[in-house]
Amino acid sequence: MSMPLASSGLQTAQVAEDKLVVSIGPQHPGAGHFRFTITVDGDTIVDVAPDPGYVHRGAEKQTEYRTYLQSIPMLERSSLTDVTNIIGPYSLAAEELMGIEIPPRGQYLRMIMSENQRIMSHLYWLGIQGIFLGHSTMFMWPLGDRDIFVDLGQMIGGARITYSYWIPGGVRNDMPESFKPRALKVFDYFETRLKDYERIFFQNPLFLKRTEDVGVLRREDAIKLGVVGPVLRGSDVKSDTRIDEPYCFYKDLDFEVPSYKECDTYARCMVHLVEMRQSMRIIRQCLEKMPLGPVRVKLSPQQRTNPGEAYARVEAARGAMSFHIISDGSTKPYRVRISVPSMRNLIVLKKLLIGSHVADMPAIYWSLDYWPVEADK
Amino acid sequence: MSGAQAKQEPSPRAHELVNSLNSTFGQMVSVTVLRPNRIRVQTDRANLRALATFARDMLHFDHCTNVSGTDFPKDKQIQIDYHLGSIDGEDLRSVILGLTCRVPSDDAKLPSLIEIFPSVDLHERETYEMLGVTFEGHPELARLLLPEDWSDIPPMLKAYRLPGRLEGE
Amino acid sequence: MVAQELEEAPKKPGPGSKSDGPGLNILVGKARQVIQEAIVDPVTYLANWGRLYSLWPVHLETACCSIEWGAVSGPRFDAERYGILEAFGSLRQCDLIVVHGTVTRKMAPRLRWIYDQMPEPKWVIAMGACSITGGVYFDSYNVLPGVDQLVPVDVYVPGCPPRPEELIDAFVLLQDKIRKSNIR
Repeated sequence: MSMPLASSGLQTAQVAEDKLVVSIGPQHPGAGHFRFTITVDGDTIVDVAPDPGYVHRGAEKQTEYRTYLQSIPMLERSSLTDVTNIIGPYSLAAEELMGIEIPPRGQYLRMIMSENQRIMSHLYWLGIQGIFLGHSTMFMWPLGDRDIFVDLGQMIGGARITYSYWIPGGVRNDMPESFKPRALKVFDYFETRLKDYERIFFQNPLFLKRTEDVGVLRREDAIKLGVVGPVLRGSDVKSDTRIDEPYCFYKDLDFEVPSYKECDTYARCMVHLVEMRQSMRIIRQCLEKMPLGPVRVKLSPQQRTNPGEAYARVEAARGAMSFHIISDGSTKPYRVRISVPSMRNLIVLKKLLIGSHVADMPAIYWSLDYWPVEADK
Repeated sequence: MSGAQAKQEPSPRAHELVNSLNSTFGQMVSVTVLRPNRIRVQTDRANLRALATFARDMLHFDHCTNVSGTDFPKDKQIQIDYHLGSIDGEDLRSVILGLTCRVPSDDAKLPSLIEIFPSVDLHERETYEMLGVTFEGHPELARLLLPEDWSDIPPMLKAYRLPGRLEGE
Repeated sequence: MVAQELEEAPKKPGPGSKSDGPGLNILVGKARQVIQEAIVDPVTYLANWGRLYSLWPVHLETACCSIEWGAVSGPRFDAERYGILEAFGSLRQCDLIVVHGTVTRKMAPRLRWIYDQMPEPKWVIAMGACSITGGVYFDSYNVLPGVDQLVPVDVYVPGCPPRPEELIDAFVLLQDKIRKSNIR
């Protein structure tokens, strides 16, 4: 094990005649707020020791000191690329405990915002994956297009990325009338844009060479290790919380969940691409089917819940995000436990990296869409 | 605490699971249906491994989605919940089976389920450092998220008060 | 004590005022002014001009503000116009740290470590409410209440997270500061 180094120094060390321990992160072009040490034998990785916790901010403890509504802005910062979806399961669990029903228009607005957020998160992921593979165009294009979807979210939520939109009781406000024509225009543009993405990046021979048969995660391993989201679907499992256990009105909508038999990094990347198309399809249907009416149930700031426990989950951009809330009937939750997709996917990093080449590390690492801020909570 | 919660009718698939659990374990477990698809099985730590093995082999739950630990200082107990999910089990994807186990605070030890569900690995490590619960049999029960120089009591215990907050605030 | 000294200060005769007379003083002052105008000012201007349009930030992401940092490097806001390049290189070539939000107790020593390894001159931008006061994590057990106890901060950018325009404004403020500074 490379543990002595992981705890002591940040330097490269020779641990055996032909083995070298290399420390990666937290200051590193790619790793960001995450550190792991790899032991290499020549060009092959023989051991990996992940060292998370650089962004651990104790969100779970802080919820004990805040009422149900006060916790929202603090919790959503745990996953800033995906703010609507991290509040989703929290609200669902809290609503279960409060025993309230959400008006249908509020449910549709939740789905619209959630899918818009998914596209934003995937575009951010795609940009970083592009720069990881040395493809600067694929950094600039997705980040430029992401801002268009940020604007869409801003039309409804009012802020650039932190809207605290999905709240217990419904959503914060109704959408403006100008949203629908604007959104349809953006989707038409973005669908042609996705074809460009495919041509320049996903069918690029260099991209194929760097991702095909790299970081293979077999179906049975994926299930056994409990991974979620695009990683799971890239491993030939057609599982998605939106279909497995539909929340909001997903059961009324028509969309596909992609899955790929290749089980490699390429498959995981393709899942993201297909999901962006499907998200736009979902929003189009929502805009068609949306009824008029109220968007939320007004809750008291000191809202009490029934004592008990609730476990709710939604499909966030990175996979199933679940909250376990235990309540003692007071205005503050007794215990909030967050099970985030990033933490659940981290477990496979060790499995995928061992045996692969050092040069494949960026592609594998970022194909997991591991977001340390979310994992550390 | 969950006794005050109104019991609900289980979904047909969940009903089968409840029957199966009751007929196999009988008095050793107490099965509660929280929601149509949320089953809670309370047991003691001696039976936890047997129950988990049964859930995997006979009920076809194949991974663990969450491990949460909760401190109950009034009862002097710590409650550990394993939430199990299933991908390949028939009609089981919407069902979450919660294995609940309470251990005394002064002897917070529990057999690790890592051999039965490898997916509990990081969750158990996190519970270990956040509540000080030792999972016996876990191969690498090391610090995960807290800083290396953390010397206070585990932060998720109710006895740990946030330094920036006054008592009762 | 200090006030007394200040009051006394003008009464004290300046060095050399008795023996050399006022003439030499004026000469030295003039020569210094000439040197300042002819050499030091152009060199300072040139060095600062070189520095302020080639700021290279370290790629150290401490928390979630890095998303807006990504947006700033993207095509819509394009911080590169202002001479800020999102560097993907070694920290030994960098002269700017942008603290992206929350600094935890585990990250704090690393941040200082990285700051110490950077060559002079170097500047720090504290981005986001968390790096200024702790933000929404003000009562957390693992978060530093402001990063200015750890590294000297030049520009604070409030917001949670700050909009990209605000961050660009911070770059312009920092460049203004560099423009007016003496060379070290």
